[in-house]
Amino acid sequence: MASLKELSKKQDLLSPGHRLCAGCGVSIVVRQVMLATENPTVVACATGCLEVATTIFPYTAWRVPFIHNAFENAAATISGVEAMYNALVKKGKIPKDKRIDFIAFGGDGGTYDIGLQSLSGALERGHRFLYVCYNNEAYMNTGIQRSSATPYGAHTTTGPAGDVSFGKKQDRKDLTQIVAAHKIPYAAQASPSHWNDLVTKVKKALNCGGPSFINVIANCNRGWRNDTGKAVEVCRVAVQTCYWPLYEIENGKLKINVKPKEKKPIEEWLKYQGRFSHLKRPENRHVIDEIQQIIDRDWERLLTLEKAHQSQ
Amino acid sequence: MAKRESMTGNQVVAECMRQINPDVVAAYPITPSTEVMQIFAQSVADGLVDTELVTVESEHSAMSACIGASAAGGRVMTATSACGLALMWELLPVASALRLPIVMTVVNRALSAPINIHCDHSDSMGCRDAGWIQLYSENAQEAYHNIIQAAKICNREGVWLPVMVCVDGFIISHSIESVEMLEDDEVQRFVGEFKPRKPLLDVDNPVTYGALDLQDYYMEHKKQVDDAIQSSKSEILKVAEEFKKEFGYEYGLIDSYMMEDAEVAIVALNSTAGTSKYVVNMLRQEGIKAGVLKIRVFRPFPADEIREALKNVKAVAVLDRSSSYGTAGPLFLDIRSAMYEADSKPFITNYIYGLGGRDIGIDELRSIYEGLISSIKEGKPARTYNWIGVREKV
Ligand SMILES: Cc1ncc(C[n+]2csc(CCOP(=O)(O)OP(=O)(O)O)c2C)c(N)n1
Ligand code: SF4
Repeated sequence: MASLKELSKKQDLLSPGHRLCAGCGVSIVVRQVMLATENPTVVACATGCLEVATTIFPYTAWRVPFIHNAFENAAATISGVEAMYNALVKKGKIPKDKRIDFIAFGGDGGTYDIGLQSLSGALERGHRFLYVCYNNEAYMNTGIQRSSATPYGAHTTTGPAGDVSFGKKQDRKDLTQIVAAHKIPYAAQASPSHWNDLVTKVKKALNCGGPSFINVIANCNRGWRNDTGKAVEVCRVAVQTCYWPLYEIENGKLKINVKPKEKKPIEEWLKYQGRFSHLKRPENRHVIDEIQQIIDRDWERLLTLEKAHQSQ
Repeated sequence: MAKRESMTGNQVVAECMRQINPDVVAAYPITPSTEVMQIFAQSVADGLVDTELVTVESEHSAMSACIGASAAGGRVMTATSACGLALMWELLPVASALRLPIVMTVVNRALSAPINIHCDHSDSMGCRDAGWIQLYSENAQEAYHNIIQAAKICNREGVWLPVMVCVDGFIISHSIESVEMLEDDEVQRFVGEFKPRKPLLDVDNPVTYGALDLQDYYMEHKKQVDDAIQSSKSEILKVAEEFKKEFGYEYGLIDSYMMEDAEVAIVALNSTAGTSKYVVNMLRQEGIKAGVLKIRVFRPFPADEIREALKNVKAVAVLDRSSSYGTAGPLFLDIRSAMYEADSKPFITNYIYGLGGRDIGIDELRSIYEGLISSIKEGKPARTYNWIGVREKV
């Protein structure tokens, strides 16, 4: 476990002065991830808010070596970097004991959708890297379009709520489980509201010896229409309502890290966010109920999975 | 000492890669280049190289991994064809703009649809504007020499660009040729130690690759790519000169065959240049002053050299194994544009030929030369844009 005091003494590897929006959850997530690194680290990043806002030439907010290649290929790009590291160690050009870690960052669009193939390939090949999906549940950089991570009932610009629509008609894709099905040594879900859990997970992931994946919820106040000061709070409520369960799958065993004593109703989570405000309309009441059902169902399934795994 | 061996073009390419022993190779199969990676993978499996072979899940990831690996700081190679190259297309300008010295063999093949696995140049021509140096190879021997030179050209100071070495699918990739192979240590010595520039793995000196450029910098950075590729001409020639000194083979940006006194000429890329030379030998015996101008380096485009080579010719046919549909052949467009500044301009015609692996035979090449001769006799150019070897009705 990391102590807050220790962490606070570490240099931020994502420097101030980047141009992510004030109150954006993404920069908090990335800072926490980078604070957890213990070795020199090379970062690859998919196209999206994080990349465009941190690397506007001639500036860069990255204090570590960084590469942006394209939208859908952060995992393949970091595969190449890691392969070169292995080649140069093998050839004696990098000393054997010079450990370097590799992290790829991608938004939900660049991970759940267009980048899924590249991620799947890299996981299957077993490169030693951590993939962090900062999940703000829509394509934010291009103006809040729906992605397969967008929740049921949310308003986005390509799945808007309107006179005859309540927003997104489909449930989210469960990427964490899809990733876990690759049988990689470590996969998890995390939230910046639970920094200790997140930092611990990053450390575990980087030390698992193979590919690892962490899906981190990260609010986007532009897309979610939440108050700019509530980034961490809104993510915390996501955990408390079991909308975003914190769990990890270590060598195939699933463990839920945070079990709310009292599961808050989903309205608690919806009320922070303008993207659900249309659900207040009486004709959309059923959507709230359906969201609650989805969450209850998923939570039950997770508890069952955990029980099954822990009794193995 | 060089030794002669009978090999297919793909074997030669794979053998060349084994001799170079790159740090990272990314591989995804596509006919007709598949065999290159199969043979190379065997070299990896047998411990003949210490390359990290990344067997990706698509060509898009192959080029992505090459970009990551190259930025990380080492020698990187791959090979592909057609649809594979098209799938990489998005990343080709990334590789050139990040100034990454990747060497890729393109075993030329037609693009779908209709799906067709045979040779034409629509794949490599489709990415001629991506900022890659493009070398074309008449036969397996030249492919071998081109790859060795490419491995040196790409990371010469001031170049730092990716290089594509083009080889005709099946015609060269699958035909057995007698090839003079160099010794492993000769190749190693010639390509030299790879010296990385601003590698990602230099963690003590962090750099950012692939930043966002807005209106204030984008053009300057693109101009730098253009400057680099324009000035790579002299480095390509210097490497050719070093190659000649070491091994005795002569290479230039273009290759003139019987052009000193030629009145009619064919300009062609890759294997068709070889067939055309054969036809020229026949015509010369009949007293016809015919020649062939082979373009070895298509990007950067050697406009001055081509103008000089064609200055005394009366009629020229440019052969394109692809079309820029709606205008004409890409090689033709560049050549005609280059000739605009010539003092005396030959008649220039364009023939689209050999798409999807259709053969171009001696008779057809002969008829092209005959067409040039009659246009000179009649004192007027023949029709500019032609397709040859196409049935009127099917
Ligand atoms: C091949 C391709 N398609 C589309 C785009 C346009 N594009 C750039 S960023 C982006 C959305 C990114 O969304 P996400 O991955 O969720 O990250 P976020 O912006 O939310 O941080 C899109 C669609 C692109 N750059 N490349
Ligand atoms: S648009 Fe959203 S995700 Fe993008 S920087 Fe702003 S708050 Fe962050």
